[in-house]
Amino acid sequence: MKIYEFQAYEIFIKRGIPSPWGEVAKTSEEVKKIAEKLGRPVVVKAQVLVGGRGKAGGIKLASTPEEAYRAAERILNSKLKGILVKRIFVKESVSIKEEYYLGVTVDRAQKRVVVMVSPAGGIDIEEVARTNPEKIFKFYVNPLLGFRSHQADELASALTKDKNLVKGIAKILSDLYRIFEEMDCSLVEVNPLVITKEGSLFALDAKIIFDDNALYRHPEISSLRDLEVEDPLEVRAKEAGISYVKLEGNIGCIVNGAGLAMATMDLVKHYGAEPANFLDVGGGASSQQVGKALDIILSDEQVRAVLVNIFGGITRCDIVAEGLIQALSKREMNLPLIIRLTGTNEEEGRKKLKGIKGIFLAATMNEAAKKAMEVVKS
Amino acid sequence: MSILVDSNTRLLVQGITGREGSFHTRQMLDYGTKVIAGVTPGKGGQQIEGVPVYDTVKEAVGDTAANTSIIYVPARFATEAIYEATDAGIKLIVCITEGIPTLDMVKACYYVKLKGSKLIGPNCAGVISPGKAKVGIMPGSIHKEGNLGVVSRSGTLTYEVVYNLTKNDFGQSTCVSIGGDPVIGSSFIDILELFEEDSQTKAIILIGEIGGTDEEEAAKFIHSKMRKPVIALIAGKTAPPGKRMGHAGAIISGGTGTAEEKIKTFQKFSIPVADSPLQVVDLVSAVLDESG
Repeated sequence: MKIYEFQAYEIFIKRGIPSPWGEVAKTSEEVKKIAEKLGRPVVVKAQVLVGGRGKAGGIKLASTPEEAYRAAERILNSKLKGILVKRIFVKESVSIKEEYYLGVTVDRAQKRVVVMVSPAGGIDIEEVARTNPEKIFKFYVNPLLGFRSHQADELASALTKDKNLVKGIAKILSDLYRIFEEMDCSLVEVNPLVITKEGSLFALDAKIIFDDNALYRHPEISSLRDLEVEDPLEVRAKEAGISYVKLEGNIGCIVNGAGLAMATMDLVKHYGAEPANFLDVGGGASSQQVGKALDIILSDEQVRAVLVNIFGGITRCDIVAEGLIQALSKREMNLPLIIRLTGTNEEEGRKKLKGIKGIFLAATMNEAAKKAMEVVKS
Repeated sequence: MSILVDSNTRLLVQGITGREGSFHTRQMLDYGTKVIAGVTPGKGGQQIEGVPVYDTVKEAVGDTAANTSIIYVPARFATEAIYEATDAGIKLIVCITEGIPTLDMVKACYYVKLKGSKLIGPNCAGVISPGKAKVGIMPGSIHKEGNLGVVSRSGTLTYEVVYNLTKNDFGQSTCVSIGGDPVIGSSFIDILELFEEDSQTKAIILIGEIGGTDEEEAAKFIHSKMRKPVIALIAGKTAPPGKRMGHAGAIISGGTGTAEEKIKTFQKFSIPVADSPLQVVDLVSAVLDESG
């Protein structure tokens, strides 16, 4: 789960990580007032849950409250990388001498938490990893020991020789690690951490992503979620216990299992059509779940055909077929439905579905994907 | 021979009294797996499907000499179950549970390894050596004993592939579902190493998906360390970046973990990649013909 910069900033402030003063606003008037109150140049930052805001024009420097107002007018309610900007974070502007990168994440291959620093701050760290990997310094944390202060000191000294700065950066690294560990994060990042011309350290940005699997033990974090920006169908699916991701195509897919769902989408694309979604109905593929999945797919107005690909394993295909029939009998279906059932008792399952109006039965995944393509292209 | 599980497997079920636990205990018994004990704290003394239930893993191991454990415990208690099995000296732990926090797994994987045990999963379908033992939730009936090793991050996609293999008379030595989470006990390479040493296995099918770089590492390993042929299938070519595709680990983040990158790496090392589950059968047939 991602949160906004201003929310991450509040967590940083509570933990004592030095950050420029800032306040969040929803209107240009509010932005102007905050800038007036501060009486100094400010940075006006669009609050959206995607990276690369600067390049996309979502971050502007303003030397007067009027300039801040004008910048806010341009940014608020505009679309940044396809996302509507509803909030602006107004932050005190600071002079910049050096820009560093600090981050904590999980290294999947090493199965460890890794604390990273780089002197190449201010740019996308993935870009640095591709072009100048030698500029990223990493420390892999021993899971039973945690991140010790001498380890933080050593990592910080990869950035500067100035002893006071090393101390300051090491303290920030330890604080970031503590946030990461205590709040079950998958990413905590400061990019950039700046040294001002006066020699102070400031976190100019704040980014935190939480591990969805751990939200159950952090109810205070769940309340930070902004449901308004999430796709309403995705929210509905989540409530029904269905994994659903909306895409741009027109072939709605209902599949059991995440891997099989992805493989089905890939095949749709392989035959020259576009999947409308990723959807995993979960284990069992009961009539109730399939019914809920159908409702979600049918709410997507772009869908022109529905492809159902179910592997009947422990739940036998004939039972899955009955479930499908039941789910269909309760709904108005005007779209062609391509069904592919395979696995245990597949013959019996197919027999039950044969001859039902609007249903095309396919023997293989390939045949089903091809049929779906033909239906939407005809 | 097969890997990880066989007729010497003496299985303990953690969470045996739960809905999933008791259902799959029946399924595993029907397949012929020696399920010899179950554990649910506070429910010791009962019998589930004729299997004695104990309060602790230590007691169960003491009484029954169980050497393998399968975990069906809910996410918030599953890590504790892994630690308990490890401390009781269980050498192979298979964790089916989905939804365990990643940082819990970072610690658990480290501890399990430190104690010399092996962990498969979490968020996996388990392990099956057809004709010998089934330690998982996969449908036993779609499998057939043979000489193909299967290792996969997925569940139903593996069933799909196995089903097609069996239908075309290609049996399997062992099928291992390693799990769909970001941090898992055994990676592709850990399992590939075992298949390379296994006399029953002639060729291996690797089923990967978007997220992380485990497939890329595996491709390098296959190229430099393996003599047996490997065929790959990668799911998620159409997955958008930044979105979790069902599995917690199936996410493209910061430009890494794309299917394209993974497929490119396999191709660079001349490892055949199937473009659909159905095509796996053709590729298998080709490599087996080649190697005789």
